[in-house]
Amino acid sequence: MTRKHLLVGTAALALWVAVYAQLAPLAHRLTYGLLRLVPGSPFSSAAEFFLYETPKVMMLLTIILFVVGVIRTFFTPQRTRRILAGRRESAGNVLAALLGVVTPFCSCSAVPLFIGFVTAGVPLGVTFSFLISAPMVNEVALVLLFGLFGWKVAVLYAGTGLSIAIASGWIIGRMGMERHVEEWVYQTKPGSEDEATAPDWRERLQDGRLAVRDIVGKVWPYVVAGIALGAGIHGYVPEDFMAALMGKSAWWSVPAAIIIGIPMYSNAAGIVPIMLALLEKGAALGTALAFMMAVIGLSLPEMIILRKVLKPRLIAVFIGIVGTGILIVGYLFNMLF
Amino acid sequence: MKIEIFGPGCQKCSAAEKIIKATLAELKNDAEVVKVTDIQEMVSRGVMFTPAVIIDGKKVCEGKVPTPDMIKGWLK
Repeated sequence: MTRKHLLVGTAALALWVAVYAQLAPLAHRLTYGLLRLVPGSPFSSAAEFFLYETPKVMMLLTIILFVVGVIRTFFTPQRTRRILAGRRESAGNVLAALLGVVTPFCSCSAVPLFIGFVTAGVPLGVTFSFLISAPMVNEVALVLLFGLFGWKVAVLYAGTGLSIAIASGWIIGRMGMERHVEEWVYQTKPGSEDEATAPDWRERLQDGRLAVRDIVGKVWPYVVAGIALGAGIHGYVPEDFMAALMGKSAWWSVPAAIIIGIPMYSNAAGIVPIMLALLEKGAALGTALAFMMAVIGLSLPEMIILRKVLKPRLIAVFIGIVGTGILIVGYLFNMLF
Repeated sequence: MKIEIFGPGCQKCSAAEKIIKATLAELKNDAEVVKVTDIQEMVSRGVMFTPAVIIDGKKVCEGKVPTPDMIKGWLK
């Protein structure tokens, strides 16, 4: 890293902090000064909510995606595989779940990654811990939860997501499901250890910028639409609207939320603002969180992709175990909060 | 020169193919471009994250859509 990078970085960070600190007063002035809305009406409170939350979430996303994008240049799938190959279970499951968070992953690469891991001697259960944590503990979800609910919810989400990945992978490993992997997988020769040449700092920073551009470019309409919806509900829908349906007393709401969530395919950016709206109107935190985890952690398209390498029995076990993990997390949060 | 693009056919992979072909055309470079979609071949060539690019047997990029500047750098 050169001195120039450090200087530009520090200046950018200072500017970011200065702007971020002004967002709340700015939204207030815009709502009541410029737009001349009457304080206290549902519309003005919805407008202020929208004008504050949208830039806030966007700014948080930008900085975190940049940092994560740079961190990911240090964790190639090859390096992760080297670390995990031949690991004992337990410790291997923990390591795999943690690496799942920082190793770059997209669900279209799930199959080559799965084969690459299994054929190179990464135990099946350890591979699963990785495959579960990679989509479930998601940096966009983490940023949105932090921005909209505070650090406690964000930490609990990351912690329970990792626990589900560790435990589910461990159980799948114990069940000895190897013969429920398609035979051709084991006939594939693992590839060379070749890695693309290690990037220099200029390239790492460029990767960070590309990650911001790619992901923000893709998710911003969901974030804006989600916050707008949240704002609408914030202003108009009565306080306890969701309490009967998704409140703590409705015990069946947690499994229902998971069953509805699995076939839904959305990214975290679309789901979290909706969670916010549900929670404000009396939904229980555990129920809303279980819904989100089911949507992003157990997606139908990913199951269809994984069907190429996993026999139906193993897919069913995978969904069953992870689903049960999410169920436990849902009830646990409802009990604690 | 042989440029191999690895990808099972997702959005990013076709984006990578498109940008590489466009850059080659811009440079009037007639390198051979091959698209590899077979997953077994992918894994046995050491690709675990798509899109990936291998030029004359050397992996230059894995897991991201290259920029025109990156491609020009590889071709030098």
